Amino acid sequence: MSELRELYQEMILDHGRHPRNFGVLPHANYHKEGFNPLCGDKISLYLCEKAGVVEDVGFDGCGCAISMASASLMTEAIKGKTTQEAARLFTDFHVLVTGLPVEDMTRLGKLVVFSGVAAYPVRVKCAILAWHVLQALLKNDAATVSTE
Amino acid sequence: MISEMAKLDPYIVRADFPILQIQNRGKPLIYLDTSASAQKPHQVIDAIQHYYTHQHANIHRGVYELSEQATQVFEGVRHQVKSFINAQHAEEIIFVRGTTEAINLVAHSYGRSRFQPGDEIVVSVMEHHSNIVPWQMVGEVTGAVLRVIPMADTGELDLDAYRQLLTARTKLIAVTHISNVLGTINPIKEITALAHAQQIPVLVDGAQAAPFFPVDVQALDCDFYAFSSHKMYGPTGVGVLYGKKALLETMPPYQGGGDMIETVSFAKTTYAKLPNKFEAGTPNIAAVVGLGAAIRYLQILGMENIASHEQELLHYATEQLQAIAGLRIFGTAKHKAGVIAFVVDDIHPHDIATVLDHAGIAVRAGHHCAMPLMERLHVPATVRVSLGLYNTREEIDQLMVGLQQVKRLFG
Repeated sequence: MSELRELYQEMILDHGRHPRNFGVLPHANYHKEGFNPLCGDKISLYLCEKAGVVEDVGFDGCGCAISMASASLMTEAIKGKTTQEAARLFTDFHVLVTGLPVEDMTRLGKLVVFSGVAAYPVRVKCAILAWHVLQALLKNDAATVSTE
Repeated sequence: MISEMAKLDPYIVRADFPILQIQNRGKPLIYLDTSASAQKPHQVIDAIQHYYTHQHANIHRGVYELSEQATQVFEGVRHQVKSFINAQHAEEIIFVRGTTEAINLVAHSYGRSRFQPGDEIVVSVMEHHSNIVPWQMVGEVTGAVLRVIPMADTGELDLDAYRQLLTARTKLIAVTHISNVLGTINPIKEITALAHAQQIPVLVDGAQAAPFFPVDVQALDCDFYAFSSHKMYGPTGVGVLYGKKALLETMPPYQGGGDMIETVSFAKTTYAKLPNKFEAGTPNIAAVVGLGAAIRYLQILGMENIASHEQELLHYATEQLQAIAGLRIFGTAKHKAGVIAFVVDDIHPHDIATVLDHAGIAVRAGHHCAMPLMERLHVPATVRVSLGLYNTREEIDQLMVGLQQVKRLFG
């Protein structure tokens, strides 16, 4: 059970059960969908961007505790940040969940709770889905995001 | 080596499976994913090693003794398969890579040469993607379209609806014998009889059925029957397409190459007779040998004994699972094989599978290559427990302990 707790930390369980910023943002000027065909996780991301700043962000969809918590904590982490900072956070998060040494942990803040995911290669896709959707949205990529 | 037994004792047969001694995340492995791929007894592993050590040469070619022997061993397995499924002729047994390739073979060879725009191929809502996508692909080329047999909430096919689907436009029925998600055993005899009354051929996906109970293709009267070695305790990379001889003879080859020809010239090539016509290139000889060993193993245990062991365990597991609050089982057909798909409350199946993994328990979580069925069940995914001849009641008890842990963590 203790090893499991490394993966399913209290914050992940909490955000999995009660995701923050959950729901459609009617005033969003960006919207993007992504899915994980392997397990059927689906995420729609809504973003209000003004002058290079993420003014508001929301998501909806369905998936496992890891993917929902990751989307929830991501929205908290990028709200108020510049799109450049958000893009850098994507890189940091990717490094974290794939088990590579992270340059500066402080930049990640609460997101460090996902460090346990690195031990579960199959679940990395769950953790990274929302972030891939964000990255595609920031790059203005037209295609629907798929983790496969 | 196990000897013939009246009742299958899983504690005895387990000793034949080296992999069941290993650990999963530091716990004794509890393998409940046999529907995805069965584990292999040492009899199969040894047979492959023996073949490569003492018997290997290319088949159907050499005039030397070793090649003759390899050919004999290979063709011997064809006869074994013939009696295993009670086919009438050995040349009705075509070796392919697996169930998927068997279905693709029929779709390409039979479908492409016969389907016309507006023709209909009838499949069921519970098909695996491998019995949907090949038909869609052949439909794109020929203009044929899919029609789908619906099912009741129990996971039983709606045969009245099936009857209604059979028209002059219907050119083929493609249904699974046993659902890989719901465990439903479909009434193939009835399905075949109804189709044949209108001269419509029937292809049966036997991937889950061949390792589960005795299969008699003549009694089923199906026109094609497809199955995989790796699901019946044999090696990966080989499977079987059974087809009625008269039908196979009228079908064009699937792939061109060596072994499938009679004569070749740049002006014209004539094709070999059955079964070689459909077996272009050097086959997976060692895997065929392994399949032969797997069939011998299953026959010594007795398919009836395997079926009743798994039935007994299915009932036990179902009873236990139903006692867990918030657990919902999909597929409650009267005739059901050892497959149980379920969800627990609104806990995602992947989270359940990860917690079970930590208890050493291997289960499947996801859509099980049956996305249309998931849509019918209104869930994105399920957990699936599937039983094999080596599973025990104690393993089911461990599964219950694991599921209690799931409830504690996510409850």
